[in-house]
Amino acid sequence: MNFDLNEDHLMMREMVRNFAEQEIAPGIEERDELEEFPEELWKKCGELGLAGVTFPEEYGGVGADYISYGITIEEISRVDASLGVTVSAHSSLCANPINIFGTDEQKKKFLTPLATGEKLGALGLTESLAGTDASGTQTTAVRDGDEYVINGSKLFITNGYYADTYIVTAQMDKSKGHKGIAAFIMEKGTPGFTFGKKEKKMGIRSSATYELSFEDVRIPASNLLGEEGQGFKIAMVTLDYGRIGIASQALGIAQGAYEAAIKYSKERKQFGKTLSEFQVTQFKLADMALQIEAARLLVYQACQLATEHKPVSKHSAMAKLFAAETCNKVATQAVQILGGYGYTREYPVERYMRDAKITEIYEGTSEAQRMVIASHILKEF
Amino acid sequence: MNIVVCVKQTFDTEAKIVLDGSGNIDGSAVKLVINPYDEYAIEEALKLKEKFGGDVTLVSMGGERAPEALKTGFAMGADRGVLVTDPALEDPDEWACAEVLAKAISQIPYDIILTGRVAIDDGSGQVAVRMADALGVPSVSCIVELSVEDGKAVARREIDGGTELVEVCLPAVLTAQKGLNIPRLPSMAGIMKAKNKELKKLSLADVGIDASGFSRKMSVPKLSLPNPRKGGKTVPGEPAEAAKELARLLREEAKAI
Repeated sequence: MNFDLNEDHLMMREMVRNFAEQEIAPGIEERDELEEFPEELWKKCGELGLAGVTFPEEYGGVGADYISYGITIEEISRVDASLGVTVSAHSSLCANPINIFGTDEQKKKFLTPLATGEKLGALGLTESLAGTDASGTQTTAVRDGDEYVINGSKLFITNGYYADTYIVTAQMDKSKGHKGIAAFIMEKGTPGFTFGKKEKKMGIRSSATYELSFEDVRIPASNLLGEEGQGFKIAMVTLDYGRIGIASQALGIAQGAYEAAIKYSKERKQFGKTLSEFQVTQFKLADMALQIEAARLLVYQACQLATEHKPVSKHSAMAKLFAAETCNKVATQAVQILGGYGYTREYPVERYMRDAKITEIYEGTSEAQRMVIASHILKEF
Repeated sequence: MNIVVCVKQTFDTEAKIVLDGSGNIDGSAVKLVINPYDEYAIEEALKLKEKFGGDVTLVSMGGERAPEALKTGFAMGADRGVLVTDPALEDPDEWACAEVLAKAISQIPYDIILTGRVAIDDGSGQVAVRMADALGVPSVSCIVELSVEDGKAVARREIDGGTELVEVCLPAVLTAQKGLNIPRLPSMAGIMKAKNKELKKLSLADVGIDASGFSRKMSVPKLSLPNPRKGGKTVPGEPAEAAKELARLLREEAKAI
């Protein structure tokens, strides 16, 4: 067993960290305040290969492993969790299912521009009546000659409006329940495909979250991903891998909040001593470091399993759950250490705290992760 | 176009310098980077390659950790590397560096040689110029702008109080000053490809130097750290008065203005 990152991983971490500190950090407060999606930064992510880390070179990707992907999302999120989820949702939720379930033709046409970052991707899964229970999908798809006709709407779609390529799930046969669901690739600009309201969010405010609306949207039959009836399975597999991205995002948020807290604790003086000289602060920092280290091991373990094409579902759920709870605890404690200053927007920790909460909600709530973990461990005995 | 870039591995600019028991710099735990001025040279080389085609070869000297620096250059886009490494080169002076680099470069085709104007560690700024002399080619120091055409380079270089436009026949050595460009970050794909690029390791004998008679011409008897920084000073009183006093102290005591 070897816990060392290899030379490539170390170089990737340094590169993404430099990119994050030099180019993502400037203007971050303003983007958060104005809820502004950073299209220019997304373009730069593409140029650096951050849009297609794990995808094969023949389809425009970098061909790196999942640890590289985890490091990428972690280092972006350490500075900007909004851009972290933008890249994660693009890679894990849109490009990845095309890579796993797409035909060669679909990969050439849709995966390649996604992996190079020329196009941005999104997944339309959640609906008003289908959240944790994805089988409640109300959006419908009907085969009509060489086309499918899609009707319905999707809710809380990360990268909505800005994305060019969408994976959309729709019900084809209600009597079959979740086995009647299919997944489709839909392009922005298709007649009848429009965007509803932009969500105003508590955190990750410079990531875009939109409603999607489909009114007799006709897409070619060749845009069916996998087979009819496979949509639910595609969504579940996608989320198994997607959790690695969110776990990495949560890890990055925790790391960022922790570093801000430790830096402040060494500068701020009260009663003639720096905060870091008080045992009460030291214990807080020690707990933060401990939780982050444990989260990192779980996240990298899930990454390693994904790289080795081993089952990831249980471990990605554990990693996502633990990292999400960790970043919420760490960010909350970071605000506590900074006290009154921490509560203001002059310091970044309140943003980390607002950004942290969503990691316990999207791509499966913490409760849903416990359901996943329980279903695995009960089967194992 | 055959482009050669000389790179030196140096301490990270944020590294804390400490001396060991015998008064030498203890570099064991220090993060090493490519000399930042050499990074400008690599970036300029890659731009020339993008414009004219050809190859970028990195040439360096150093020990066990030197390949790390070359790998960073490979990840940025350089094509291959030459590393001169030899027990006799453990602590070379500027003369030795210039000799060795010139010998190593004379073995490969070159149309232009770029490097940083100075290494941020010892700060001597001698090697590039002496190497150009050893190679018998002209050198232009401290360039902030470069264009190449028809076997000539036109460079704008920094001089005291302004800039100077210099035209020089190639091949020539040009040293990069801050402002020449903004070095690119390596891409993910660049990092993945870096380990497959050719890195040729040469000994002194390989570059045609007899190691037995090779020693530095200059010695450094003593290194000392700067005096520790003193704490700040508060100037008390009414703002107008305090500002006046501050200006006086800056002028008379600190001699900063």
